[in-house]
Order: sequence, then structure tokens, then C-alpha cells
Amino acid sequence: MIKARGLARRFATKAGPVDAVRGVDIDVAEGELVGFLGPNGAGKSTTLRMLTTLLRPTAGEAVIAGHDLLSDPAGVRRNIGYVGQRTGAGQDQRVRDELEFQARFYGLGKHDARRRAADLLDRFDLAGLEERGVITLSGGQQRRLDIAMGMLHDPRLLFLDEPSTALDPQSRRHLWEHIKQLRAGGTTVFLTTHYLDEADFLSDRLLVIDHGSIVGEGSPDELKNRVSGDLVVLGTPQASLVSEKFENAVVEGEQVSFRVPNGDRTLPGLLRDLGDLGVELHSVQVHRPTLDDVFLTMTGRSLREEARAA
Amino acid sequence: MLRDTWLVFVRVMLPVLRNPVAVVFGLAQPLLYLGLFGPLLGDTGWQWFVPGLLVQMALFGTAYAGFSLLPEVRTGVMERLRVTPVSRVALLVGRVGKDVVLLVVQSLLIVLAAMLFGFRASAGEVLLGLGLVALLGVAIGSASYAVALKVKLEYVFASVLSATIVPVMLLSGVLLPMSNGPQWLYWLSRLNPLAHVVDAERSIFNSGSAVLGLVAASALVLAGVCYGVRTFHRESA
Repeated sequence: MIKARGLARRFATKAGPVDAVRGVDIDVAEGELVGFLGPNGAGKSTTLRMLTTLLRPTAGEAVIAGHDLLSDPAGVRRNIGYVGQRTGAGQDQRVRDELEFQARFYGLGKHDARRRAADLLDRFDLAGLEERGVITLSGGQQRRLDIAMGMLHDPRLLFLDEPSTALDPQSRRHLWEHIKQLRAGGTTVFLTTHYLDEADFLSDRLLVIDHGSIVGEGSPDELKNRVSGDLVVLGTPQASLVSEKFENAVVEGEQVSFRVPNGDRTLPGLLRDLGDLGVELHSVQVHRPTLDDVFLTMTGRSLREEARAA
Repeated sequence: MLRDTWLVFVRVMLPVLRNPVAVVFGLAQPLLYLGLFGPLLGDTGWQWFVPGLLVQMALFGTAYAGFSLLPEVRTGVMERLRVTPVSRVALLVGRVGKDVVLLVVQSLLIVLAAMLFGFRASAGEVLLGLGLVALLGVAIGSASYAVALKVKLEYVFASVLSATIVPVMLLSGVLLPMSNGPQWLYWLSRLNPLAHVVDAERSIFNSGSAVLGLVAASALVLAGVCYGVRTFHRESA
């Protein structure tokens, strides 16, 4: 559904050229839900803008939904849906009008546009808001309207740029359910996010981008398995003694942490050995690796810190 | 493309129709000129002054059109529209269409109001005069949207506008005849296409020849629309 080769974008700035995206290859099969994960400024949105015809690549080529990105952008546009990061509904418009015009921009007749708009209003819990001005909607309602507009024409391929940004936890959950339903209905979905839980919950496959290059690829579980082992955290007064027994152990006060493969199965034997050494333990924790650990391993930076700094 | 243009036109027209207060306020300025400046020119001044006022309305009414695009650029509206298959030309022309329709309606109301003061015009003259005003509106409106799309920031756009509109207006002779001034000023005004449009508008309402002004207005339309279309294409890959 997406096949991109060497896609790159260089921006000319006063301080000289900036390579926002440095030649990425992307393959997405029909029906897949692929997450594009990376910190702010990694090149996610620039890549997405190139794939959706908003920004012309400075190098590379791509075929999107069966149409060549460079020679047939109109063909690409007819077959994709796009929900941008910022709100796409006119503030001085009414909800129903924006939906119906959007459908008609994709070539639907007046009657079909009205029917589709009504369908999506129902599906996204927007029924009853048809006559309201967009400006009077809550943040969550506007976001749902954006997403409804992105899929009015039933695109085979839907791009979502940071879909859950600015949503409260409940709306995020709802949104995730909607996205999962889309995928179940056969729509191919390509979404960017810098939320690890979102990427983890939604994606069949993840692409990790940093500094304009793809630095990792795989299912969330595959990526997690690349981090060598589970994190074990022990609370003990003899932390330094314990730390000598394990490679790369980190001591913080009365806490020692280290990684072991298959932590859940290794732990009982490990605790017995420590008991034989006369080590006294207050607490024991085992953490499966998170995508944050994955990200840290692959880029040397924590995604959470990036998100907080942004 | 016609269908796309019509859709874009109706989409931007609906909010105006729902809230026509802005259109009424747009009439305040020309009405003030009509009531507070026009009488200074004496009883015979109306035939000379009103056509100029119509051109001034076209200038001020459409040069600011670009402001309506900036919120849609800042939020994701333009971006959303640009990912649809809708024609890039329609995105521009549909909007300009709205501004020109409003301009023509406002101009017609001003002509009718001026008639109460003593302005005389036949139906044919009004039709031709408003046609010329519409042409000018298309040219300036297109350019305004293109410039807004380029500069992207309201405060920059505002200063670009005041730096261009004021000299263009002063050198067009809408308020006082350019021939009243020194030679150099008169010749400078001859370089301003708008001065020829003003002359043509006056000729139309005083049974003279409007050919030069129509040529000037058509050239402005060609330049404005080409610049607008090119900018809308370029800014959307």
C-alpha cells in the first residue's frame, strides 16, 4: 500500500541546509496498522507530509495506494485519507457543512455526501452537534470531527498524524477503539505518535525514526525483545554486595537494578542464591522492557524526556 | 474544476450569509465618504467622485481578503483541503469569487445611495461600471490571497498592505484629480494601472471611452490570477 525508497527532504534555512529526512525506505502492506514512532523533530511529520502530497520530497520515490507520488499526486489524493496534527475544520463553519463539503470535495454527490456525513456523525458520537459551529466544540469533539473528515470517502489508506494529542485519557481510549475498528474493517492505517503506550497498543508493526533516519523496525514485542532482558529491581541493605554479582548492575541507595533474560523464570533461583549468600531483601520488582527502553537502546535517548522537554 | 470552484465558493460564502453584519459594516466607510466628503466637491462633483469611490471600495474590499485565509492556514484547514483531490485553482478562485460577489453587492448599494445625493447613471452604465469594479476585485483579491499565503503572519501581511495600498490609492486620483498637481506627480500617476481604471470608471458614468482602463484592468486580472494560481500551486507541492 505504501512503498517508498530513499525518501528525503532537505530544507534550506538561513543557517544552511537541514536534512529533516535522510532517505527512508517504508513498506506497508494492505490492511496493516503501522506506527511511526519518534521524538519531536525526528522527521515523522515531514515524512508523513511527503507521503500525503503536502510536501515535495527532495529525493527518492514512492508509490502510495497504487499511484506514483511524484507523477500522479492527484491519484494519490483520491485514494488516501489524512488527519493532520492541527484541527482541520473551519472555525466559522458548522459541523454538518464541513463534513458534507469534505465528502463532496472527494467527488460524492449531494445525497451521498449527506448520508455519509450522517453515518460518521453517529459513529464518532457527534450526533446532535450537526448544527453547532465548529468553534463551540470541545477539544475532543473537534478531534473526532477531524478524524471523521479524514475517512468520509472510505479511503483504503488512512494517515493519522499524532491523532491523540490534546485528548483526555477517556477520549484517547475511544479513539484507539475507533482506529482498531478501522483496521478490522480492512483499512490500512499509518499513524505517527510519540506516545509509547499508543504505539504499543495499536500497532501491528513499528518504525522508529530518529534524526531523519529509520533506526528500528518490528512488532512491538520484537522490538522489546531486542532490549536484552527484563529489568529486576531489588531493595536490600547490601546493595553493593548484590551489584557485584551482576553485570551492568546499577546501585541507587538501597536499590540495585540489573537486566536478566526471562526475568520471571530466572527470579526464583536467583533469589535462592542470594538467600544462600545471606543477603536480606525488602522488595523485588520485575519489569518487562517498555518501548521507552527500546527507544533508549536504539537512540541513546529517552522518549519521555523528549516529550517532557517539548 | 467548475464544480470544485463552486463548492469552495459556497463553503466560504455560507458563514457570510449566516452573519451578514460584516457586509453591512463594510458599507460604513464608503457611506461616510459619500456623506462627509462628497458634498465638499459641490453639486457637480458626484459624477466625478462616485466612480472613484467604487474603485476605492474594490481596492480596500479585496486587498484585505487575504486575512480570511490566515486562520485557515494557521489551523489545519488549508492542509486538510490540500490533501483532498480538489483543484488547487478552485481553492483560490472560489474564495476570490466570494469577495467579488460581496464587492459587487456593496458597490450596487453605494450607487443606489449616491443616487439619493444626486448621482445620475443609466442601468447600462451601472452594469458596465460594476463589471469593471469586479475585474479589479478579481485581480487584487487573487494577489492578496497569494501574498497572505507567502507571508503567513498577520502583522507582516498588515504592513505589506499598508505599504502598498496607500501609495497606490494616492496615485490613482480617487479623491482629487491628479491634473491638479505638478507635472511629475501627474506622470507618476500615469504609471499606476489603477489610475487608468479610475479614469475608465469615470468615463463609463459620463459616456466616455473606457478602453484604456479596461485594458489596464484586464492586464491586472491576468497578472493577479497568474501570480495567485502559481503561489497556490507552489505552496502545495
